[in-house]
Amino acid sequence: MTTVAMAEKQVKMEERIVDIKNPVLSIQDLSIAYNKDKYAVKHVNADIKKNAITAIMGPSGCGKSTLLRAINRMHELYPDIVTEGKINLHDDDILKMSTIKLRRKIGMVFQRPNPFPTMSIYDNVIAGYKLNGIKLKRAERDEIVERSLRNVALWDEVKDSLMKKGTFLSGGQQQRLCIARALAFQPEVILLDEPTSALDPVATAKVEDLLVELKKDYTIVLVTHNMSQAARISDYSMFMYLGELVEYDKTKVMFTNPRDSRTEGYLTGKFG
Amino acid sequence: MKSDKVTKQILFAASLIILLTAAGMVFSLIMGAIPVFKEFGLGFVFSNEWDPTEGRENYGALPFIAGTLITSILAIVICLPMAFSTSLFIGEYFRKSAVASVISSMVDLLAGVPSIVYGLWGFYTLRPIIMELGLSPQGYGVFTSGIILAIMIIPYATSLSNEIISMVPNELKEAAYSLGATRMEVVFTVILPNARSGIVASYILAFGRALGETMAVTMLIGNSNVVPDSLFGTGNTMASVIANQFGEADGLKLSALIGIGLLLFIITALVNWIGKIIIKKFS
Ligand SMILES: Nc1ncnc2c1ncn2[C@@H]1O[C@H](COP(=O)(O)OP(=O)(O)O)[C@@H](O)[C@H]1O
Ligand SMILES: [Mg+2]
Repeated sequence: MTTVAMAEKQVKMEERIVDIKNPVLSIQDLSIAYNKDKYAVKHVNADIKKNAITAIMGPSGCGKSTLLRAINRMHELYPDIVTEGKINLHDDDILKMSTIKLRRKIGMVFQRPNPFPTMSIYDNVIAGYKLNGIKLKRAERDEIVERSLRNVALWDEVKDSLMKKGTFLSGGQQQRLCIARALAFQPEVILLDEPTSALDPVATAKVEDLLVELKKDYTIVLVTHNMSQAARISDYSMFMYLGELVEYDKTKVMFTNPRDSRTEGYLTGKFG
Repeated sequence: MKSDKVTKQILFAASLIILLTAAGMVFSLIMGAIPVFKEFGLGFVFSNEWDPTEGRENYGALPFIAGTLITSILAIVICLPMAFSTSLFIGEYFRKSAVASVISSMVDLLAGVPSIVYGLWGFYTLRPIIMELGLSPQGYGVFTSGIILAIMIIPYATSLSNEIISMVPNELKEAAYSLGATRMEVVFTVILPNARSGIVASYILAFGRALGETMAVTMLIGNSNVVPDSLFGTGNTMASVIANQFGEADGLKLSALIGIGLLLFIITALVNWIGKIIIKKFS
């Protein structure tokens, strides 16, 4: 490769990286392999903007979940995982933090609603405190539960049945309960992995409205299999393909003027 | 269509045969036990005197009911912490690791060892150790039997509760981890509450096994027809007294042994029934 070509490539690489001032999260040359030499995420660089929704798109198996789960180190639940590179939360290297503290700062919501079936709605919201053995006064607990449920617009629907099991709720309500559970610690960042893929359109719309509302107070990273969802609610979008971050830009820019032919192909429905 | 009908009839016939066999068994147990109940009434269940001497024959099943319950409870008390820790080890802590699969196949292997082999080992190895420790002069007794029973039901209880622990959905564990829970907190606040009814059921089933276990206990319990006077005393269980005495029994004594068999059947059925109720209540 000539020096000119190398310089050109350099420019292209930099062009791809959106310029975000004071990012909450900074992902630097991150690579992750489940088995040795089989990388699911390859050399990803991305800064995540505060109080915005960043969507991660891409065809199934391209590494979206792996990348997302690395942000609060949930990917480490697989014992043989290899992680290279760095993720900073402000100026702290998350790979050097305790996972307990990290996960209180970066909450997570999963694909299928997963409230704890043995716990009441009330206990589900407060579960993070219970699990960590944090003792709270009754009044403090009540306040956290009410605040978190109001945050997800579930309070009015469940305030008279707080002691019922969370699993009695509808799917959409359960998912909002799970978001409330993640909000109870007042984290900085919320990660959501295809949170509406198990929900009907009405419930999906409610969760989408909720996320737009929540970005005032939280930074949101959302994996979605659904392009129109990304277009509707996200401010920034990533497109991943075969473990690589192919394109990362303001959502409006990416959807109107994709730079990479693979992004274009995905957005126009040629694959995925 | 026709072959469908034939299949249905064959399946129905097979089920019917099994049903009739079971009913026949209960019927003949009841018929066999009638003489002893006629003679002693409910005293047969509650009397602790077992005296086959001709002329002053008296048959009470209490010593054997007591022996069965004491050895089985002892076994389950010893078994519980062992099986519980092992199942957590292979079902959660070292899930899918090489160590876990080795231990798990060892457990399955132990579950398949015939009762007589455990009995032999108990007789030639465990009994001398009990003697050595000065716990009982001959090494026979309730305590020795309880230990051997525990060893026999540990693999069974372990593999049952391991299966139940691994069945707790991964997404619930992940939810807990994502809230900053440690492994131990996940075990105690998510896995155990969710697996509770299954775990209780597996120990009840293991207890049911211990109740009817015969061979190894017969070799170790000391075969005395009295209510055990201490944890280290000798005794007999319902199963072991039948195994020991059915060969030379006739008349009223045979009826007494059959009566004990009937009682054992009832107690085991009761335990299973309670187990099922508990499962229903929790799930
Ligand atoms: N637990 C795992 N063990 C091994 N490989 C995995 C595991 N989870 C995911 N992978 C592989 O990593 C790649 C990325 O998976 P994932 O991040 O789940 O993709 P996505 O969320 O985009 O569908 C896929 O090739 C997948 O097969
Ligand atoms: Mg995924």
